[in-house]
Amino acid sequence: MKDKPVYSEFHPRWYRPRMSTYWWVKRWSHLAFILRELSSLFIVWFVVYLLLMVRAVFGTNRYQEFFEWSAKPVILVVNFVSLAFVLFHAITWFNLAPKAMVVRLGGKRVPGSWIGASNYLAWAVVSALIAVLLLGA
Amino acid sequence: MLFSGGGVLAALFIPMLLFLFGLAFPLGLLPAPSHQHLLVVLSHPLTRAVLFLLCTTALFHGAHRFRYTLYDGLQIKHLNELISLLCYGGAIVGTVVAGYLFWRAG
Repeated sequence: MKDKPVYSEFHPRWYRPRMSTYWWVKRWSHLAFILRELSSLFIVWFVVYLLLMVRAVFGTNRYQEFFEWSAKPVILVVNFVSLAFVLFHAITWFNLAPKAMVVRLGGKRVPGSWIGASNYLAWAVVSALIAVLLLGA
Repeated sequence: MLFSGGGVLAALFIPMLLFLFGLAFPLGLLPAPSHQHLLVVLSHPLTRAVLFLLCTTALFHGAHRFRYTLYDGLQIKHLNELISLLCYGGAIVGTVVAGYLFWRAG
């Protein structure tokens, strides 16, 4: 061994299969996942809509305009689709809650169905509160 | 935490609010509250605080999720920085706008 060994920089390339951009259309469960995540866009639309409405309520003469605008067929369709996606988000979210939250009471684990039920109950209570607040005029 | 909080608040509040303000009132399915009534409800500090919290957390929840949908769905990792900037930047802009509107209300 008279010289220092010379190491080459060769190493085998890692095998990485190329993922197609459309991997998610091949299976219904993948498609459902992407649709669920896309519901986030409609949540953002609702925030925009809400802020537009708040602006209209506090502006002079804008309130009537806002209501007429919100009754346009295009806006109604967008809101209808948004509602469908938002409901999809809410239901899938509440159904995941028992799996994500582990609550222990007195050493024993609270059954998942209770956590799910309490989430849905909270949803019903909040919705009722909103309805009473707005319809009780 | 911000992400999951946004998801919870969005799931709890948005369905009813969107149904009422997006469909029921414009379509006349249910009697719409008068301008005066809305003014009173929206001016209340608690309403403003809750709605602002809802807007902020929902915007960040949406931004985060949308960013990952683009990342995972369309496999465009090389545009990661631009997408992050647009998503979170948009959420920040929305938060500032919401804050301004709710601060000035009432």
